[in-house]
Amino acid sequence: MDNPALAPERQLDATTIDEATAYLQSEYAGAVTADDREGYQGVIIDRARLVEIARVIRDDLGFDYLSSATAVDYLGAGDHMEMVYHAYRTSGGGALVFKAQADRENTEIPSLVSVWSGADFQEREAWDLMGIRFPGHPNLKRILMWEGFHGHPLRKDWREAYYEEEQKPFDSRWPGGHVHRAEEKNVFGKNVSYPPEIDLNRLMDTSESAVYQSLGLGVDVERIMDKDGFETNELVVNMGPHHPSTHGVFRMVLTVDGETVTSLEPVMGYLHRNHEKIGERNTYLHNIPFTDRLDYISSMGNNHGYVLAVEQLMSMGRRYNPPTYRCEALRVMMVELSRIVNHLWAIGFWLNDIGAFFTPVLYFVQERERILDFFEAVAGSRMMCNYMRFGGLFADLPERIKSVSNLTNDRVRDYNTMQFLTEMINERIPRTIDDLERLLTQNEILLERSIGVGVLSRDDAINYSAAGPLLRGSGVAYDIRRAEPYSIYPELDFDVAVEEEGDMYARYRVRVAELRESVRILKQILPRLEATAGESIWADGKPGAYAPRIPHGEAYGRVENGKGELGYYLVSAGGRGGSANPWRYHVRAPSFINLTPMGIMSRGYKVADIVGILGSIDIVLGETDR
Amino acid sequence: MELNLQELNQTEFPVPAELENNIAITSLSQLYNWGRRNSMWPMLFGLACCAIEMIATAASRFDFSRFGFEVMRATPRQADLMIVSGTVTKKMVVPIVRLYNQMPEPKYVLAMGACASGGGPFKEGYNVVSGMDKYLPVDVYVPGCPPTPQALLYGMIALQRKIDGQSIANGDDVPWYGVGTAEPTPVPVLGADIIDPRQMDMIRRQAEAAANNAPAIGARELPAITQVAVTRTAVESAAVAEAAPVSSDALTFELPTGGVPWTEAEDIREKRRLRALARKALRATRRAAEEE
Repeated sequence: MDNPALAPERQLDATTIDEATAYLQSEYAGAVTADDREGYQGVIIDRARLVEIARVIRDDLGFDYLSSATAVDYLGAGDHMEMVYHAYRTSGGGALVFKAQADRENTEIPSLVSVWSGADFQEREAWDLMGIRFPGHPNLKRILMWEGFHGHPLRKDWREAYYEEEQKPFDSRWPGGHVHRAEEKNVFGKNVSYPPEIDLNRLMDTSESAVYQSLGLGVDVERIMDKDGFETNELVVNMGPHHPSTHGVFRMVLTVDGETVTSLEPVMGYLHRNHEKIGERNTYLHNIPFTDRLDYISSMGNNHGYVLAVEQLMSMGRRYNPPTYRCEALRVMMVELSRIVNHLWAIGFWLNDIGAFFTPVLYFVQERERILDFFEAVAGSRMMCNYMRFGGLFADLPERIKSVSNLTNDRVRDYNTMQFLTEMINERIPRTIDDLERLLTQNEILLERSIGVGVLSRDDAINYSAAGPLLRGSGVAYDIRRAEPYSIYPELDFDVAVEEEGDMYARYRVRVAELRESVRILKQILPRLEATAGESIWADGKPGAYAPRIPHGEAYGRVENGKGELGYYLVSAGGRGGSANPWRYHVRAPSFINLTPMGIMSRGYKVADIVGILGSIDIVLGETDR
Repeated sequence: MELNLQELNQTEFPVPAELENNIAITSLSQLYNWGRRNSMWPMLFGLACCAIEMIATAASRFDFSRFGFEVMRATPRQADLMIVSGTVTKKMVVPIVRLYNQMPEPKYVLAMGACASGGGPFKEGYNVVSGMDKYLPVDVYVPGCPPTPQALLYGMIALQRKIDGQSIANGDDVPWYGVGTAEPTPVPVLGADIIDPRQMDMIRRQAEAAANNAPAIGARELPAITQVAVTRTAVESAAVAEAAPVSSDALTFELPTGGVPWTEAEDIREKRRLRALARKALRATRRAAEEE
C-alpha cells in the first residue's frame, strides 16, 4: 500500500491548512470552491472529481487520516445533502474539511473507500440513516437499522411514530391539564408506523438473509482440501448479539475453515437508540446527559468532547466567556480519572476474553468503585455524571467526601476531598497498576495468547481510521492531547504511549502505559487544584447561559477518549439571536470506526482468538451503535 | 420469607420428644418457594449502560450471590431470571423474545432501568421499544438511569418477595404445571417496521383502511381540552377518582387571580400538610397496635 506518511518528499510545500485549501482551489479551480457560508470552514468539492481530489489530499497534501465522514441534510436551506469529511495529518495539526453536495432526490456521492478504508462503515451509516448512495462502495448495506426498514430516519422530513414537535422543549406534555403518554396517540400502542405501501401478503423478514448474503452462503458449501489431505468444510459461525464476550449486543458472523477464521463481518445496530435524531431535537444543554450514555464507561470524557464542540460554536458569537483555569483543571482531572476507569475495565474484560475468567476483573472493578464514589460525591451520579457545562462545570469539588473506607465491609467514612484525592492518586491507583503489571505483563499464558495475535499493521491502522490504543499499538504516535491539544494539556508533562508490534499484547502495553501517564497527569493536577482553591469554576463567578443561543456555523470538537478519538460534529442553523437546537448533531464514535479493521485483523486466526481481538479493540456498544 | 427453623420446630402437631429439633413442619408451597427464591440464576446478558451496573452488582462490593442469585449463566437454558439491563431496540427485541422462549419455566423478567421499563430517555427514538413489557411479561421494574447496584439488589429482593407470595395450590401462580407445553411468545418480525404477530390483524385492517383512504380505525384522540379531571374539590376530599369532570370555566374560577396571588395555593398546601401529618399519626398508632 502506498503510504503517504512514509513518503514525505512527495508532499507539497503546503504546511498550513490555509495553504492546503488555497492549493486545492488554485489547482482545481472550478471543482473546488471555498465554503463561504457564515461560520463554515473548508472547501466544497465537485462530487464528479471527489475521488481524484481526495487522493491528492491524502498523498500530495499529506492528510492521511480520515477522521470523520458524515452527512447533513440541508432541507429548506439549499435543499441538498452534503457529505462532510475531516482529514488530518498523523503528524499532527488541524483538520482539512472538505465537502461534497448532491440533490436530496436519488442522492449519489462517489465512495471514498478506495482512498480511505476507514470511510467504509461511515458511508454505510450515511446510506442507512440519510439515504445517500455511494457508487463504488463494495458493500453498501444498511448498518444500524435492518435491511427492509422503511425510509432513512435522519432525513429532516422523516418522522418517527412518537413524533410530537420539531424542537424541544415541547409546548406542553400536559395540554389543558391532561397528561398523556405517546403510546396513547399511536393506533398500535407502540412505537411503530407502517408505510402505506406495506404488503402484508408478502411479509418477510429479510434482515437475516441480508446479513448472510454477502458471505455467499446457502448456495454451495465449499469443500476445501488442505495440504495434508484432510477434508474440511467451510461453515458459518454466528457470534452474538447474545454472547457473553461480545461486550454487549455486538454480533459477528464468521466463516471458518476448521478452527481458522477466513472472513468476519461485524453486524451492529442492536443498541442503535437514535442518539443523533433525538439530539437534533434537544436543546444543546439537553444533550449533555445523552452524551453520558454514549461510552457509558467514561462519561466524563464524552461530556468534555461535547462541551468543547459547543464552546467552539459559542466562541463565534458574542457573550462567550472561556472557562476558568480551575474549571479546565477539574475537567482534565475528571477525564483522566475516567480514562483510568476505562483502561482498567478494558484490560479486565480483555482478560476475561482470553480465559482469565472474572478473577482479575474483580480487582479492577473494585478500584473503579473507589473512583465512582468520588464521581458520585462530586456530580451526584456514579456512572452518568452529567458534569460539564458550556463554559463551566455543574459544581466545584465538595469540601468533604463520604466514601467507603474498605470495599469489603462497606464502612462509610468522611474524608477531606483533597486528602481523599491525594491518597487515591498517589497511592491507591499506582498500587493497582503495580499489581496489574506484576501479575500480568510477564505472565506466560498472557504472552502466549496475545503476542502476534490480531496484528494490525501501521499502514492499515491509518488507512482504516483506527484511533486510540488501537492506533498507537500499531506504531502511530497519534494522541489528540498532543496532536491538536485542547484544554490545559499543552502545559502538562506526559508522553504519548506507543508500541510498534500492532498485536493484542502491544495494545495491552499501550493501555498500561497510558494508565501510568494518566497518574502522572493527575499528580500535576493536584497542585493546580490547591493553587486555585476558592477560585470560581465559571468566568465572572456566575453560571453561563442555561440554554445558550448558538450562532450560525459548524464545529468539530474532538477529544482523546479512553477508546480513541471521540468527535462531535455540530451544525447550528443560527437564525435571529442564534438557535437553541442543533441542526445536525453527529458523533464520531471511536468504538464504531475501530471495528472497521476487525475483519482484516481476525483473518487467519482461531475462533478462540476472535473474542480476544475484539476485547483488545475495546468497544462499548452505546457508542458503536449510538 | 426465609424459613425460620426455630419457628418451624414449634408446631402444634405432636412430634416425638427424641425427634424434636429434627422435624420441621411447613407448607409445601413455602418449602418450594424457599428453594426457588434462593437459587435464582440470572442470565448473563447485558444490553446497555445498565449492564455495567449489573456487573458492578455481581462484583465483590455488592455481590448478589449473597442473596441467592448465585451465578450468571450465559445460556438461557440454565437461567431463571432475565435481567433486561438496558435499552431494548427493535432490532434486539427479536433475539430477546427468542431467548425468553428458550428459558425453562419458572422464569421471571426484571426490567432494569428507565429504558427497559418504559423507553427512558430514548423513548421517542425510531428504533427503540418503549418498554420491555410491550413484548414480554415483566415481574419487577427497577427505576433509575441506571439504577444503582443497591436499587438493583432491592429489585431482586422484591422479586424474591413476589415468589414468596405464590402458592403451589393456585394454578395461576404455577402455570408451568399446567397441561401440555407452554405457548411460546410470538417472535416479532422485522419488516418495514417491527411487526408484533399478535397485532397482525390490526395492522392488516389499518393497511386496508389506508388503501381505501379511510381514516385510521381506532385512532385514539386526546380528550377535549374543555374537560378537566382534577378539580379543587377533588384535592380537598382526596377522592380524585370520583370527581366529576367540570368545564374549563370552573377551572378558571379555581385558579388564583390577581390581588393576593397564591393565597389559595398556600391554603391547599397547608391542608395537605395537616392531612399528611394525620396519616402519619394513624400509621404510627397502627404500628404500635401491631407490635403489641
